[in-house]
Amino acid sequence: MSRGLSTLHPGPAQEVYGTWDPPDLIVSDGAYGVGGFDASLGCGSPFAAGRSPLSTGTLYDKVWALHRVAELPGGQTQLFIGLHLIHEVTSPQAFTMLRERGLGVRHPERTVATVDHIVPTTDQGRPLADPLAEAMLSALEKNCAHYGLRLYGFDSGQQGIVHVIAPELGLSQPGMTIACGDSHTSTHGAFGAIAFGIGTTQVRDVLASQSLALDKLSVRRISIHGALAPGVFAKDVALHVIRRLGVKSGVGYAYEFAGSCVAAMAMEERMTLCNMAIEAGARCGYVNPDQVCFDYLHNRPCVPRGAAWQRAVTWWRSLASDGDAVYDDEVTINAGEIAPTVTWGITPGQAMAVDEAVPTPDQLPAGERPLAQEAYRYMDLQPGQPIAGTPVDVCFIGSCTNGRLSDLRDAALVARGRHVADGMKAFVVPGSQQVARAAEAEGLDAVFARAGFEWRRPGCSMCLAMNPDRLEGRQLSASSSNRNFKGRQGSASGRTLLMSPAMVAAAAVSGVVTDVRTLLSSAKDAGTAPAES
Amino acid sequence: MTPAPVTMVEGKAIPLQGHDIDTDRIIPARFLKSISFTGLGNHVFADDRAAAGGCHPFDRPEHQGARILVVNRNFGCGSSREHAPQALRRWGIAAVIGESFAEIFASNCLALGMPCLRGETGVVEDIQQLVQEQPGVHFCLTLAAPRLRGPDRHWPLMIESGPQTMLLNGGWDGTGLLLSHGDELQRTALRLPYLNDFVLSS
Repeated sequence: MSRGLSTLHPGPAQEVYGTWDPPDLIVSDGAYGVGGFDASLGCGSPFAAGRSPLSTGTLYDKVWALHRVAELPGGQTQLFIGLHLIHEVTSPQAFTMLRERGLGVRHPERTVATVDHIVPTTDQGRPLADPLAEAMLSALEKNCAHYGLRLYGFDSGQQGIVHVIAPELGLSQPGMTIACGDSHTSTHGAFGAIAFGIGTTQVRDVLASQSLALDKLSVRRISIHGALAPGVFAKDVALHVIRRLGVKSGVGYAYEFAGSCVAAMAMEERMTLCNMAIEAGARCGYVNPDQVCFDYLHNRPCVPRGAAWQRAVTWWRSLASDGDAVYDDEVTINAGEIAPTVTWGITPGQAMAVDEAVPTPDQLPAGERPLAQEAYRYMDLQPGQPIAGTPVDVCFIGSCTNGRLSDLRDAALVARGRHVADGMKAFVVPGSQQVARAAEAEGLDAVFARAGFEWRRPGCSMCLAMNPDRLEGRQLSASSSNRNFKGRQGSASGRTLLMSPAMVAAAAVSGVVTDVRTLLSSAKDAGTAPAES
Repeated sequence: MTPAPVTMVEGKAIPLQGHDIDTDRIIPARFLKSISFTGLGNHVFADDRAAAGGCHPFDRPEHQGARILVVNRNFGCGSSREHAPQALRRWGIAAVIGESFAEIFASNCLALGMPCLRGETGVVEDIQQLVQEQPGVHFCLTLAAPRLRGPDRHWPLMIESGPQTMLLNGGWDGTGLLLSHGDELQRTALRLPYLNDFVLSS
């Protein structure tokens, strides 16, 4: 300690923050030290960088201001949560905490439940074969009944992955704050909502108070301009963004996805893009609401009708970021440079174009090389080898990232008239019962079945393998899900390559990682009609 | 139930090197199949530890009883599962020092009264190296002046003022504070168009 010492530094204070002892008193001609003496030591977070978020006039700023309940000691904001989504994995302990404290649910009408993570995708008869899964589902049912919460269970006809059903029911709307004990809650930002994942103790807080203590994020606009080439999908855009910006660049940020490429995207594509914001470190991602969004929502079960609908649209339009909005940061990406993209490593940022070679260490920044070395070993891939042609054992189409109708159509277009390779396990898990019905109505289930894919019941399935769907041993999967972490798909040594649903279908019929563009062009040559979207 | 202020954490440290260590690795999903958090401490880093064959820091005898985990960049990324900090906590960890943290992980730690403090890369690597060389060293982590103090030196650390205040004044268990704003909560609900038939308040 250097109490009693005084030090004079005439230059910028940042230069010495790292070497001085934290002081008792700062005399300065600027706002040095206001955010904490050490706050200027940048660590990738805007808070750490000693600067408060500066954005103004963005959708994020408007929605934040509207939901602000109170300022809390220490500078956090108490934010009202407009829609709370729960599922069986992260809620039971929250209900236990409520009971232990004798608390009730403040707005039971604003919490909606479904079951997705643990559900088997084959036999869904009760009791579930796995007693642990059955106990979790039973607990959810009991908690929802006890507190009067809406639950979309198996017999509702609307059960499915929470991030698929809330949009399709029209629960997720522009201007809402949406929280769920699941990191992929960022998905709902596609509607111009502030939507983010929370932990179980925060689930308790939302149940009890319909609010959370939060720090305001900075806003980074990611403008993606131009058209996507054939065979390139929203998933490729997401993987490309993460590859470009890194898996931690979004920490402390909300990502606003903008530009002509995003404007041209359908809602399901925007959901895929926002879903993966968390893989870039951004707790929420969003797209400004526009006519595409309103057309998607119109007449869905939980949206207003008649005059209220008109009032809603007027309000929703007003929420979009202003033309002169100020952003904390801006990034521009040319959509034309995006190719079908595949991950080669153990984080979603370790991605590459399908026609590239696995990067060598000297092609990577020094800071990324240790993780790359770990990834080469774990994935059993050599630096410099092409990723195309890599043999695949399991193909999984589904998840909150890519388990919607348009995803299944894209994959079916590749699967139609072809057959999965010998020895390949390939299966399709629709994101919800509604997606399953719609797909079956247009015969996609039959297309997949004829091609040798298994057609399953809705759930999260092998994205995180909390149900019986999982990799065995060192199996390598081509997966339309969102995480290629070590052990993610249920085997401690299992390996995952993330890619678009069409690319997964291409891998399934080829047996190896394949550039889907080669199959799409031959499908066109063969006169196969493209699916409507 | 008034939560206790968290002003300092004392004890041994345990280094865990590597960037982007995700919550699936901290606690694999198969251990989430439960309606309680009990028992998670036994399974922290289960797959990494099995792969390391007893050499993982969490298995090494010299690190048993450690309370301060020292990690690198973007620790706790991925899934929002609170099971991850719960597992660390139940193993014995009471505070985490790292180059940076994923946001949801850090807020989950805060909700448990478990501070996450950041240090510059050089600082974190320095601490990790010291602990590897002298695993028995006793440290004192302080929150008011965020720093880690060893026997003969100290390292500056960082924490945002919001979490810092909440830890220091016991407000990290915030349900009571949130509920104390009942009138403000009601006023907010009354001005949200989507809770009021989209009639816009003037």
